[in-house]
Amino acid sequence: MARKLLLEHINVPGINTFDVYRSKGGYAAVEKALKTMSSDDVVEEVKKSGLRGRGGAGFPTGMKWSFLAKPEGVARYLVCNADESEPGTFKDRYLMTYLPHLLIEGMIVASYALGAKTSYIYVRGEMMPQIRILERAIAEAKNKGFLGKNILGSGYDLELYVQPGGGAYICGEETALLESLEGKRGNPRIKPPFPAIAGLYGCPTVVNNVESIAAVVPIINEGGEEYAKVGIGRSTGTKLISAGGNVKNPGVYEIDLGLPVEDFLYSEEYCGGIANGKRLKAVVAGGSSVPILPANLFMKTITGEPRLMSYESLAEGGFVSGTMMGSGGFIAFDEDQCIVRNTWNFARFYHHESCGQCSPCREGTGWMEKVLHRLEYGHGKMSDMDLLVDVSKKIEGNTICPLGDAAAWPVASAIRHFRDEFEWHVTNGAEAVKRNYGIAHYADPLPKPEPAA
Amino acid sequence: MLRVDNSEAIPVEFSPELVAKFDDIVSRYPEGKQKSALLPILHLVQAEFGWVSAPAMDKVADYLHIQDIEVYEVATFYSMYFMRPQGKYMLEVCRTGPCCLVGAEKIMDHIEQKLGVKEGDVTPDGLFSWRGVECLAACGYGPVLQISPEYTFYEKLTNESVDQLISDLKVKASN
Repeated sequence: MARKLLLEHINVPGINTFDVYRSKGGYAAVEKALKTMSSDDVVEEVKKSGLRGRGGAGFPTGMKWSFLAKPEGVARYLVCNADESEPGTFKDRYLMTYLPHLLIEGMIVASYALGAKTSYIYVRGEMMPQIRILERAIAEAKNKGFLGKNILGSGYDLELYVQPGGGAYICGEETALLESLEGKRGNPRIKPPFPAIAGLYGCPTVVNNVESIAAVVPIINEGGEEYAKVGIGRSTGTKLISAGGNVKNPGVYEIDLGLPVEDFLYSEEYCGGIANGKRLKAVVAGGSSVPILPANLFMKTITGEPRLMSYESLAEGGFVSGTMMGSGGFIAFDEDQCIVRNTWNFARFYHHESCGQCSPCREGTGWMEKVLHRLEYGHGKMSDMDLLVDVSKKIEGNTICPLGDAAAWPVASAIRHFRDEFEWHVTNGAEAVKRNYGIAHYADPLPKPEPAA
Repeated sequence: MLRVDNSEAIPVEFSPELVAKFDDIVSRYPEGKQKSALLPILHLVQAEFGWVSAPAMDKVADYLHIQDIEVYEVATFYSMYFMRPQGKYMLEVCRTGPCCLVGAEKIMDHIEQKLGVKEGDVTPDGLFSWRGVECLAACGYGPVLQISPEYTFYEKLTNESVDQLISDLKVKASN
């Protein structure tokens, strides 16, 4: 069994309280950083670790930190992005529920590294129970001298607050999140300037995902180089994967990056295979916005290599035959699921969540939803598939923020890989409302690649 | 469609206890950035009054020294704020992909039939409303629902567990 860097103590009774967390070695990273390291040392360790942002984009965290502007006399902010809303992803909810002090410890170390005196954890508003858990944990940490003035006698001051959102997927986009934290609608900002230059209240700001912040704790405890030994290639460390859909054992798993997808999906240690003895039809590997793959292309790359749970391996083949790690929201579809219906459901989601600023996204997501609805309900036309691809291409890359891309990719990839299922919905409209297309050839072994000429 | 329903909007008063909570929230932000308190304050207003009426929004604007429209545009943007009165308990069922793979649509049908009201409507006794909402980030435990104003969370729903939940809430309301 792989070593857990984040979830090692998750099953210890009372680990959500300060005393138990502390007795298991908690807050050692705060002591080490504040007493023995400069803020630049901390940034350097995170750079060495190779940690990549765990929220979805996978941008190196240490590099993001090093971009932070540090003008004299101007406040700097760290904001934790806990607006977890990507369909398929529920790892941050899990971490905040059971290990609130791990996030708080990470926030203290990261705030110290960045020179922030006030930091915020922006939690999606629906997670009121988690907000209450975090507020209680913050009060405990403050009471023990790990927050507030002159932490551990180091001279470093930090106040940490929890901010609730109002229910909007778009606020997971970092500039929309900052707008929301300023008490405005969650409309993403035009970049540049990036938040590292002008973020919260126009001040230099870093926004990091919950899991990225939590990973700073083992990085400081063990050292960046040790952390980087876990994983594979540029996918260093461990990653929380939220497994849902039709897997036998849904839940949150911490894996070493580089674990073969076969092991993740079928071993009892993780997903335990597909529920009810059914067969796998398709997988969305990293949250609803990444391209969906049929079972055969998910298990193996187009060149016949077994696929691994790493940023690089999941992306192998580009969008033609690959997908993305995204946020680690792993959704398995069994043989009875309808790809057309699911694509319509996701399109409805993005239409609902589009902030409305950019016309391609505001209008395009609505049209995709409508066209997919008529396909699902047996009134589609053969030209609809090309129409959907055309709309998706006109959204992609033409919006201020990546929500447009996130809406376009699931639709385009579903048609790319499951076009015959969509066509069956057109030719067999009456039947399609009664039964599903089934697994068809989507799990068949791939033809051997043609030898290079 | 009328987004803001003022038909039941009566003048509201904020109690000193509620205003003390507002003050505490405002103290989290730098001087002059009190508008940051808007979302948390709207949550408190909704928990107090059951929804966010126009008179309540006007009072929030006064409290934060911002224009009324700055409150309206925010309250109508975010999905959690109710622009008209709801049942005492609002059942919000996740309707997004992963929950639908494990039966969320059937759960919504069951709730509609059990409560006898359509999505967004209130039961005649004023106790319940229900609606489908987008992903609640609990995809491994689906189907799921949450109940405002506390946002208590219920996982791996079945028709039987929903029936039990509704009857428990009826008992709770009558006590």
